[in-house]
Amino acid sequence: MSDSATAIDRARTVRNDARAVRRHQIGTAISYSILTVIAVVYIFPFLISIATAFKTDPNATANPLGLVPSPVTTAAFHDLYKNNDFLLWLKNSVIVTLSITFLRVFLDSLAGYALARLRFRGRGAAFATIVAVMAVPGVVLLIPKFLIIREFGIYDTYYGMIIPLLVDAAGVFIMKNFFESIPVSVEESARIDGANLFKVYWLIVLPMARPALVTIFILSFQGSWNELAHFVISAQSTSLNTLTKGVAQLASGQLGAGNRYPLKLAASVLMTIPVAILFFLFQRRIMNVSEGAVKE
Amino acid sequence: VAMPFAGTLGKRLREPGIHGHQAAAGWTFLAPVIIILGLFLVVPIVMAAWVSFSDWTGNGSPLGSHSHWVGLQNYRHLLTTPGLDQSNFGVSIRNNFYYVLLVVPIQTAVSLFLAVIVNRRVRFVGFFRTAFYFPSVTSSVAITVIFLFLFNPDGAINKLLSYLGAQGPAWIYDPDGLFHVILKQFGVHNPPSGLANGFFLGVSYWDWLAGPSVAMCVFILMAVFTTSGTFMLLFLAALQNIDDSVNEAAALDGASEWKKFRHITVPMIRPTIFTIITLGLIGTWQIFDQIYVGTQGSPSNTTLTPAFLSFNTSFNNNEWGVGAALAFILFGIIVLFTILTRLATRNPDRIPRRRRFTPVSGQGTTLQRTAATMSGGDE
Repeated sequence: MSDSATAIDRARTVRNDARAVRRHQIGTAISYSILTVIAVVYIFPFLISIATAFKTDPNATANPLGLVPSPVTTAAFHDLYKNNDFLLWLKNSVIVTLSITFLRVFLDSLAGYALARLRFRGRGAAFATIVAVMAVPGVVLLIPKFLIIREFGIYDTYYGMIIPLLVDAAGVFIMKNFFESIPVSVEESARIDGANLFKVYWLIVLPMARPALVTIFILSFQGSWNELAHFVISAQSTSLNTLTKGVAQLASGQLGAGNRYPLKLAASVLMTIPVAILFFLFQRRIMNVSEGAVKE
Repeated sequence: VAMPFAGTLGKRLREPGIHGHQAAAGWTFLAPVIIILGLFLVVPIVMAAWVSFSDWTGNGSPLGSHSHWVGLQNYRHLLTTPGLDQSNFGVSIRNNFYYVLLVVPIQTAVSLFLAVIVNRRVRFVGFFRTAFYFPSVTSSVAITVIFLFLFNPDGAINKLLSYLGAQGPAWIYDPDGLFHVILKQFGVHNPPSGLANGFFLGVSYWDWLAGPSVAMCVFILMAVFTTSGTFMLLFLAALQNIDDSVNEAAALDGASEWKKFRHITVPMIRPTIFTIITLGLIGTWQIFDQIYVGTQGSPSNTTLTPAFLSFNTSFNNNEWGVGAALAFILFGIIVLFTILTRLATRNPDRIPRRRRFTPVSGQGTTLQRTAATMSGGDE
């Protein structure tokens, strides 16, 4: 009796297992097809932009879907170089982005260290202020920032473009969290040896903080390279155009580019390259940034 | 011998002398950040608040003799006094409202969907994650240029639609509201008089009900395209925090994939869903770059947004007071929506801390209770 019951049970289990395996396989197949379709949707716009940048104007209009340009031409790139200030925009973007990024990494880590490690009165209040500032939406600040930049007489200068972006509360926050997560013992013994705090910070703390520094370096670089609104309100001379501002003007036809899609797309593709390189180099770390954010 | 020595050192660290030393260093380290935040954030906000109550037109300093106190006039121009300022404001609020209404749910759903399928143990996961995330790191300017190309009337999207036998709209040149377009399909071409003659914020009820214009739909698609990657990563992190044993237990009980998703996954990642909805609301009310690059508010003001209108009113029309007032109203809207989401999303099945481990009688399945308990513990 009990023997046959067990046998039936076992048979049922085996059948259920087989069904589960088949269901799993079908599930996997469906997952793959969905993933592939969506991946095509996400990648296609970039592929078609690259292809179109190498097309002639008439070909781009006549055959907007073609992924293989025929004939292949680099006219758009020549045009960017010769008739537009592309190199000037590039130079400005590089100057502004690198200044903002390096100074931001330095100032954010300095502040993060003080907030995480040093004991002093007003520390809590300072941190609360920084967090409160972080919550103010950026778009609301366009007019206020313009007003103060003009008041200080740094409108239409690199200073006006750079200084207001030097500090970001999120960077301070990331650094503070990082310093709180590493053991205090190494620097403590250095501090006890009587080295001054800046020396301890510069020679011992910073080298230990490399992972976090790389993180805010990437975030700052990407943020300031892609920044548009602040440069629109802080400068007006064409000689101070960054890539974002220049390409925006190109796109809206202010520079007489009309429907010249190969030209506009060539500019967009070129301006994406530095961020893309950074992204592929530090992919894992970039993706972990957001992951870390949710575990807080 | 080592222990008491370390103890003395520890005590010495906490002596007042060292404290004073640390205070000086602490404030020195913080000084650049505090000064820059103060000078370029706090002070300017106060200045802009003053401008929003003044008649400054951009001549000289807003703190000088060219600007005078006008009280609430600028706010009244936007909210109560009929005129161009008011109707532009109303239209921009309508446009952005529909943008938020569509983008936030769609991007949340798409990113959750992406996270769930990427979270399955499939091969090439790295490739798929990269593909979905890449649009999030590229500049809004480049993405806008690409979308203007894809969605131009003779562009790639319409070409694709023509292969499928459909004729695409003029996209960014088409000012027709989506709901109006749908009503036209049912033969409704003109508004009932009640809707045409009633106005709110200088915009007729009929126009309030227009829905997002076809042009705005391009920006809605763009927003989903660029943000879903970031939010996917946030969801992915939350999904990976779910203990496998919970899912396995449910599978043993014979729960289907959908049931597991609905009754385990969703309750357990509830806090993340709320975070993403809140981030989405804050972000979507601020849309500026795409409008500046793409349409500057055209066609027929149907892509005008408060952020762009505030910029345009100040920088191009020199109505600085009105522009600044608009910025503060926008700030108010964002704060209001953030508070509303917080209130609306308080977990109703959350079990109070004290009662968490006592059995809850007679409501929900064991599965739901387990999930609710665990998500409660996560918060």
